[in-house]
Amino acid sequence: MIEIQHLVKRYGDKTAVDDLHFTVKPGVVTGFLGPNGAGKSTTMRMILGLDAPTSGSVTVNGKRYAQHAAPLQEVGALLEARSIHPGRSAYNHLLALALTHGIPRRRVDEVIELTGLGKVAKKRAGAFSLGMGQRLGIAAALLGDPQTIMLDEPVNGLDPEGVLWIRTLLTNLAEQGRTVFVSSHLMSEMALTATNLVIIGRGRLMADTTVASFIEQAGGDSVKVVSADSARLRELLLGPDVTVTGEAGSETLTVSGLSARQIGQTAADAGIAVFELSPQAVSLEEAFMTLTGDTVEYRSNAGSASQTGAPEGSVAA
Amino acid sequence: MSATLTATTGSDAVPAKRPDYKVTFGRVVRSEWAKFLSLRSTWITLAVAGLLLVGIGIMGAYRYDPTAMRGPSADAHDAVTIALRSTELAQLALGVLGVLATAGEYTTGLIRSTLAAVPKRLPVLAAKVLVYFGVVIVVATAGAFLSFLGGEPFLHGKAIALTLSSSGVLRCLFGAGLYLALIAVLGAALGMLVRSVAGGISLLVVLLMLLPVFLDILPSSWKPDVSPYLPGLEGGAGGSIIALHQESGTLSPGAGLAVLCAWVVVALAGAAYRLLRSDS
Ligand SMILES: Nc1ncnc2c1ncn2[C@@H]1O[C@H](COP(=O)(O)OP(=O)(O)OP(=O)(O)O)[C@@H](O)[C@H]1O
Ligand SMILES: [Mg+2]
Repeated sequence: MIEIQHLVKRYGDKTAVDDLHFTVKPGVVTGFLGPNGAGKSTTMRMILGLDAPTSGSVTVNGKRYAQHAAPLQEVGALLEARSIHPGRSAYNHLLALALTHGIPRRRVDEVIELTGLGKVAKKRAGAFSLGMGQRLGIAAALLGDPQTIMLDEPVNGLDPEGVLWIRTLLTNLAEQGRTVFVSSHLMSEMALTATNLVIIGRGRLMADTTVASFIEQAGGDSVKVVSADSARLRELLLGPDVTVTGEAGSETLTVSGLSARQIGQTAADAGIAVFELSPQAVSLEEAFMTLTGDTVEYRSNAGSASQTGAPEGSVAA
Repeated sequence: MSATLTATTGSDAVPAKRPDYKVTFGRVVRSEWAKFLSLRSTWITLAVAGLLLVGIGIMGAYRYDPTAMRGPSADAHDAVTIALRSTELAQLALGVLGVLATAGEYTTGLIRSTLAAVPKRLPVLAAKVLVYFGVVIVVATAGAFLSFLGGEPFLHGKAIALTLSSSGVLRCLFGAGLYLALIAVLGAALGMLVRSVAGGISLLVVLLMLLPVFLDILPSSWKPDVSPYLPGLEGGAGGSIIALHQESGTLSPGAGLAVLCAWVVVALAGAAYRLLRSDS
């Protein structure tokens, strides 16, 4: 459980975190979203007490982080910036951390296995690839078997297998009743793993919600169906809360209000061949961008220069 | 229980009986000791310092020529001076070792892992000081003795020859070990204060080697008042600790040690203040 109360952080006259107020609950994965420079990493550093808040407070499992007798057992964190000495091996890095708490060597071996670092554990960490460095950071986060796990953009630099592994890991940790707090830029990634969502922009809280209600507000999930007989399928699918759109004569329909599973079942029952059935998450990313649009700090100008012609939102800065 | 991260499914909550881990000062010292042992750069720096200490000392004795008007033996009045002349170079290697111990954590980012494990922070500084003081005092004292004993045969029968039992010799050799260990601690404190390896080393060189030179260009009446209270060897507090005979205008060995300790304490206080107050 992480409780953040009216948290403010200023660097000079730059306000990185502006009156944040939310709680991260145990038993579920909470996604922490915001565009670049929104203040996600700063908030996470304050949770660990690495940066001192300008005002406000943050507690973990009821106490300030530094007040815990065994901090690594309360919160395991992966930070954004690398936090290792490149000259030390992964094993020795983890061992040095473990020794501060009296964590046995057995546990060091366990997290090395768990994160798939077995083969490179004795190599200098400076020679690690981005993905391996990330795995080492996650190994360090799991070392104390912590009640709360906090990861700053964990999928950064991971290969698809690694991304999948992280998703499963996070879900398992939450199922065990732990508090899991994960930052990301990608709404679509969070929609797959997170249950709760905290969205910030320019250091301010934009939304403290759940993925389900965010999706609902964003206009619900839609599913793209390509089938042999879209006209008949359309008749079969239509119902009170269901909308189906699609051009006449086209094989493609966009359905909202039904899950891909229900649509596939209906089509199978009616003997209609389905060529493609894919849930559309694009609307989520768009809803996220609409929500944080005015708060984006570092907007690329590529859109207006190239032929994509994507409409530029107004920049408040 | 701690192995269940992958295996567990469903509803069983976080293990009710958790292992009782706890951060203690002894454990932080063990951790810093493990960090010290697991970096090749610390070993190399330490070995370089040891070799300088012993090698230059023995070489000085081997090449000692009482008639020389210039060169290394020109102002050597006794065997201890020859054996400990190498302290001048060794102090740089050992001071750098100290700087790397602290500033190195900031330049690599390791400090964030370290302080996440020990968020009370001060134990980290204290443990580093303890580990580096302990290692360096052993290595440097051994180096000073080897330097002296290794040079002894070459000086045998000459006017400046001394043995371990000559008055003051043991005090000088132990003094050199203590001086170098305090310089390593000074380096660690400066490194933590400025959080940059280059900055820490510069500050160290200024304090130990440049300030005495700088004094030469100030009004000449200042030098005798200020010089003995500088930390370094050249006319400073460090020189008083390791010199066999007290030169005029310098402090006694005990007073020199007190002055050097004062420098180290002030640097440590600054380091502790910055460690506790600034974001990491
Ligand atoms: N140490 C610091 N000194 C000055 N400004 C800082 C510092 N750390 C962060 N900032 C500023 O605070 C703001 C928030 O930064 P932060 O790194 O927390 O954002 P973020 O949400 O993690 O972004 P990203 O998605 O790019 O990682 C940025 O404008 C950044 O420039
Ligand atoms: Mg960030």
